[in-house]
Amino acid sequence: MSKILIRGAKVLGGEAQDVLIDGETIEAVGAGLSAEGADVIEAEGKILLPGLVDLHTHLREPGREDSETVLTGTRAAASGGYTAVFAMANTFPVADTAGVVEQVYRLGQEHGYCDVQPIGAVTVGLEGSKLAELGAMHESAAGVTVFSDDGKCVHDAVIMRRALEYVKAFGGVIAQHAQEPRLTEGAQMNEGIVSAELGLGGWPAVAEESIIARDVLLAEHVGSRVHICHLSTAGSVEIVRWAKSRGIDVTAEVTPHHLLLTDEMVRSYNPVYKVNPPLRTERDVMALREALADGTIDIVATDHAPHPHEDKDCEWAAAAMGMVGLETALSVVQQTMVETGLLTWEAVADRMSYAPARIGQAKGHGRPVSAGEPANLTLLDSAYRGEVDPAGFASRSRNTPYEGRELPGRVTHTFLRGRATVVDGKLA
Amino acid sequence: MKRHLISAADLTRDDAVLILDTAEEMARVADRPIKKLPTLRGRTVCNLFFEDSTRTRISFEAAEKRLSADVINFAAKGSSVSKGESLKDTAQTLEAMGVDAVVIRHGASGAPYRLANSGWIDAPVINAGDGTHQHPTQALLDAFTMRRRLIGPDAGLGEDLSGRRITVVGDVLHSRVARSNVDLLHTLGAEVTLVAPPTLVPVGVETWPCEVSYDLDRVLPKTDAVMMLRVQRERMNAAFFPTEREYSRRYGLDGERMARMPEHAIVMHPGPMVRGMEITAEVADSDRCTVIEQVTNGVSVRMAVLYLLLGGNEPAVTHTRTEGN
Repeated sequence: MSKILIRGAKVLGGEAQDVLIDGETIEAVGAGLSAEGADVIEAEGKILLPGLVDLHTHLREPGREDSETVLTGTRAAASGGYTAVFAMANTFPVADTAGVVEQVYRLGQEHGYCDVQPIGAVTVGLEGSKLAELGAMHESAAGVTVFSDDGKCVHDAVIMRRALEYVKAFGGVIAQHAQEPRLTEGAQMNEGIVSAELGLGGWPAVAEESIIARDVLLAEHVGSRVHICHLSTAGSVEIVRWAKSRGIDVTAEVTPHHLLLTDEMVRSYNPVYKVNPPLRTERDVMALREALADGTIDIVATDHAPHPHEDKDCEWAAAAMGMVGLETALSVVQQTMVETGLLTWEAVADRMSYAPARIGQAKGHGRPVSAGEPANLTLLDSAYRGEVDPAGFASRSRNTPYEGRELPGRVTHTFLRGRATVVDGKLA
Repeated sequence: MKRHLISAADLTRDDAVLILDTAEEMARVADRPIKKLPTLRGRTVCNLFFEDSTRTRISFEAAEKRLSADVINFAAKGSSVSKGESLKDTAQTLEAMGVDAVVIRHGASGAPYRLANSGWIDAPVINAGDGTHQHPTQALLDAFTMRRRLIGPDAGLGEDLSGRRITVVGDVLHSRVARSNVDLLHTLGAEVTLVAPPTLVPVGVETWPCEVSYDLDRVLPKTDAVMMLRVQRERMNAAFFPTEREYSRRYGLDGERMARMPEHAIVMHPGPMVRGMEITAEVADSDRCTVIEQVTNGVSVRMAVLYLLLGGNEPAVTHTRTEGN
């Protein structure tokens, strides 16, 4: 593999430097580097970040290849600047055995656009009643470390307790989709002023907050580690903040769309805004941004949830929940967190690369941009402004709420272990 | 007026008064030996009913036929919808058959809005009730009934309901009728009070243009019209209230309660009534109860809406009014 010289990029938004890649590794970082025969990428003014890591992606394979496959999903990830994604377990069949997680893992390796770390289901069939073979999934070639029934809440307190206790044996983490099922029966959007006007079933904030409160206490009780998926309310932030101040081993994520969009958008009855957990209020959005800035929320995770056109081109009640997010995440974070002065690029690197890699134990990812580290890198043209055109997405699905909306920033290059997966904004 | 009628909130005060005035003219057609106008001759209206509703469908059908429209009735049960066809495909199929307007009833809130705003079809869409969202023609017929009873048919022309005090009682949370009425009655200048147990009051109701009370007895003496909503018995199982008897005691309308209302005050109900729970037979059968009039008025109001959306800008039946008077 030839050498690559990235010239003049602002590393983590700081001083302009050169970065020399040799093979799979960063050989040197500094001013005025040169290398004979190297491919040179002129990156003046661009931001160089460690390759992004998404702890929460739905790749849909096996079972819903009409929505996404490991190939199309990882191409979308690379386009968005990601070098590793954690694939959620709610596939068909459910990823609750070593066989299924190994299949997903190997597909990721074969396609080569980004590393795929499968997430294993906590319970058999995501049914919440019987623990899946967590140990077998961990010991498989996929080396599963994160377990989640995402899409469904592990609502039985005893099952949740046992799962938290069990994964301690191999340092795993339970990623909880916090949704009290009885409080959200028939729920279709955030419970509040807008749901009352639209006549749509309300999804109260307390349905999320009560589960988070219970789970941090369970994690404390058994001395284990819990990760809260896609926090969406100001109250959830308060609970996580309290838990951390108490020393409980809890981490939490927020999605880009919960940092930008509110339930006011649902007035259009356009199902692109139908998502789980639902879009909340302006007050919640502001609380989430502050919490991401002060570290109460550890990471940004996309909850990339692809669906075919027909599953969204229908009435609200019939529509599937979720939106794609891999290809727009960094732009939304730039708009909501960087351009508002809440996060530096260095902190973005933490929330979108270092911390998710640490929580998920993604080897070789989330490493500093320095000599000797794996060359997993993302180059961003942060000055770019343009309308989102889903027709250009690498994802198989187009269910984005940002169609036609102007978002800043564009990933021009992504490198996975020194190999360019994206060049000049196009998949290599 | 807008091209579609999706929500009572879409109507301005002038739109609403125009519909009510036009409905007065339409009502006169019902008094004729031949209850028919040629206004919509050659136009095809489809009643697209994804949810059972005999009363509303028949009311629309009667209105369409009195305006000489060709009518297609589509019930989802036993249709291509039960074979998995989407709303979009169903609507496009109907439009391909030359439908000029779609009257839609759907169990999902927002379905008529999507139909009207997604580019699936070009025809005007009239919402005949969607989920727990809106039922605008019900609100219009209720307002029409109030104006007739509280002001009088002829004296009411051009008038709104300024200063009238309306009380809506019951399952507001799940009621599209309540939502539509709050919007329209407020637009028409009325003061609306919602009365329900706290479990059946929507979160966020404080932003609605109305008052909220949990005490029916306190509100009734200051009421010009009380509208009782149907309470589904299955709500009991979802713990919205303890028992049917307790609900009746606190929020039901019986003769004793009715006697606390001013003499001119009327009792309304969108139907179908469940006698004994939200309303006693004594009240339902009293002269003050307008349930049957509401049904009659529903046809006139729906004729007015169809006429105004499809017929044109000319006064509906001006010439016959001269003859009639």
